[in-house]
Amino acid sequence: MNLNAPLTIALSKGRIFEQTLPLLAHAGIAPLDDPETSRKLILETSNPLVKFVIIRASDVPTYVQYGAADLGVAGKDVLMEHGGEGLYEPLDLGIARCRLMVAGLPETPEPISRRLRIATKYVHAAERYFAAKGQQVEIIKLYGSMELAPLVGLADLIVDLVESGNTLKANGLVPLEHIADISSRLVVNKASWKMKHEAVTALLERLREAVSQQAGG
Amino acid sequence: MNEERWLLPAGIEEVLPPQAQVIESLRRDLLDLYATWGYELVIPPFIDYLDSLLTGTGQDLDLQTFKLTDQLSGRLLGVRADMTPQVARMDAHHLRRDTPTRLCYLGTVLHTLPDGFAGTRSPLQLGAEIYGHSGIESDTEILRLVLLTLRTAGIAESYLDLGHVGIYRGLARQAGLDAAQEHALFDALQRKAIPEIESLIGGFGISGAPADMLAALAELNGGDALSRADAILAAADRPVREALDYLRRLAEELNRWLPEVSIHYDLAELRGYRYKTGVVFAAFVPGWGLEIARGGRYDDIGRVFGRARPAVGFSTDLKGLLRHGRGLEERHRLEAPIHAPWSADPALREAVEGLRMSGRRVIHALPGLEQDPCQLGCRQRLVSRDGRWDLEAVDTSDNFLGNLTDG
Repeated sequence: MNLNAPLTIALSKGRIFEQTLPLLAHAGIAPLDDPETSRKLILETSNPLVKFVIIRASDVPTYVQYGAADLGVAGKDVLMEHGGEGLYEPLDLGIARCRLMVAGLPETPEPISRRLRIATKYVHAAERYFAAKGQQVEIIKLYGSMELAPLVGLADLIVDLVESGNTLKANGLVPLEHIADISSRLVVNKASWKMKHEAVTALLERLREAVSQQAGG
Repeated sequence: MNEERWLLPAGIEEVLPPQAQVIESLRRDLLDLYATWGYELVIPPFIDYLDSLLTGTGQDLDLQTFKLTDQLSGRLLGVRADMTPQVARMDAHHLRRDTPTRLCYLGTVLHTLPDGFAGTRSPLQLGAEIYGHSGIESDTEILRLVLLTLRTAGIAESYLDLGHVGIYRGLARQAGLDAAQEHALFDALQRKAIPEIESLIGGFGISGAPADMLAALAELNGGDALSRADAILAAADRPVREALDYLRRLAEELNRWLPEVSIHYDLAELRGYRYKTGVVFAAFVPGWGLEIARGGRYDDIGRVFGRARPAVGFSTDLKGLLRHGRGLEERHRLEAPIHAPWSADPALREAVEGLRMSGRRVIHALPGLEQDPCQLGCRQRLVSRDGRWDLEAVDTSDNFLGNLTDG
């Protein structure tokens, strides 16, 4: 693919990186280093005009919003928390699929207090979900190991991403309510979309092709 | 606690020399520029009744406005978050002219929430408006002024994006969307969230041409968007086709005035959709995700103040311009001051006054402190020779070495 402007793409290590690579390969872009073994945070690619920056998943919208990267791949969960302000999210890449769910113990014990206490990393999404149900809840912000919270009496329920459900099962929890289907989106900086329009839309087109081929095959 | 007394609130900044001088010089340049175009300066109050600040155009500003209670009237006051509604009131209620009125304004506005990167909450808002004319000519004049403003601020490379609220409004009406649906789809359109747009439209239960046209809006951007829109929006109602035609005529007119500027379109991005009535525009600079200047047509803005007149205008943040402008500090740097001793000698006073009249800066030594003219930034000093006061160069290298050995 011929580009007429340099592009920086923000990606996070792990599942998103692995599953984005085949899509980018369709656009002729492959990294020259493996982020799992390399300590570099900026990776050159087979296309001299394209480089990757490797950052935490929850930082991707911030980098792209402020133009530190032109494009990025971010999970819908991260975008829901970020609010999506100042970004374009034109393409569902259909990768890193999972569900945002309410989970808890199978036999719901008496609530710890009158208001349900919800432990989650996804504060905004959880607040919006329970507010839409007309339920006033208390949110406890945690950064990980949410499954522990109901077991030790920190919270009544959790809101978390569920992929296979194995972690829940291993801790004696069950999925209770489905909040949203999550997959990764291509996000684009507004100014890059406008000022590097040809390069961005060319890449977008190739990725769209790759996504529909994957979905078809 | 004591050690943090110097700390400023988030998003509130103080401006030090020499930046403050650069801002002031740019402010004068721009206001002088607008004056030569016939724009009259107005100074709206910093604080106002909340009702007036939030009428019409101001609805979007509710969350952004700092509020307090007026002890005299018991009413709520707001610190202006945008001066446009205040300027509209001046035109509609106080000036009440029948001829086109050109107004410009500049001042600090306050926002409750920071916008943008390392976001400021106190932009120095600068803007210009034309009241009383409806048509591509006044739009063109405002857009010319936007580009001239950017150029004056040292921003050569900018990107101009045009849209028209009549297109989305017309398509939403044609598809029979209710207010909540229109709002939800609008929100997704601003993010070009195509998967969401498709699922929303599917959920509305509309199909056929109206659904296809709404779904296509997110793709109608770029330099060729208008020509593509002809085919894609062929089945649209008359107001939509009129809006497209208006944009086309505006682009032709702009091309006559500004042949060097390439014009782009975005038919889905509609800043201030709720109160805009026609063309909307924004200017972008590379690497900055937010618009550097924005504006559009809001013909009904004066209605709540007693008189609806056509209106078009733009606004920008002077501090934002400064951040992206090139060569401003060099252009606006002041000449080095001249050092003069403390003395009531009439001849010295005359020499100092003469220099100041000619625009030079003269600093008197304040006795008691050993003062090195160099440390005060002076390159020249006044010295007495045979009863006359002459300018003499300050030897910077000697003094520099002297300081080093002294220290």
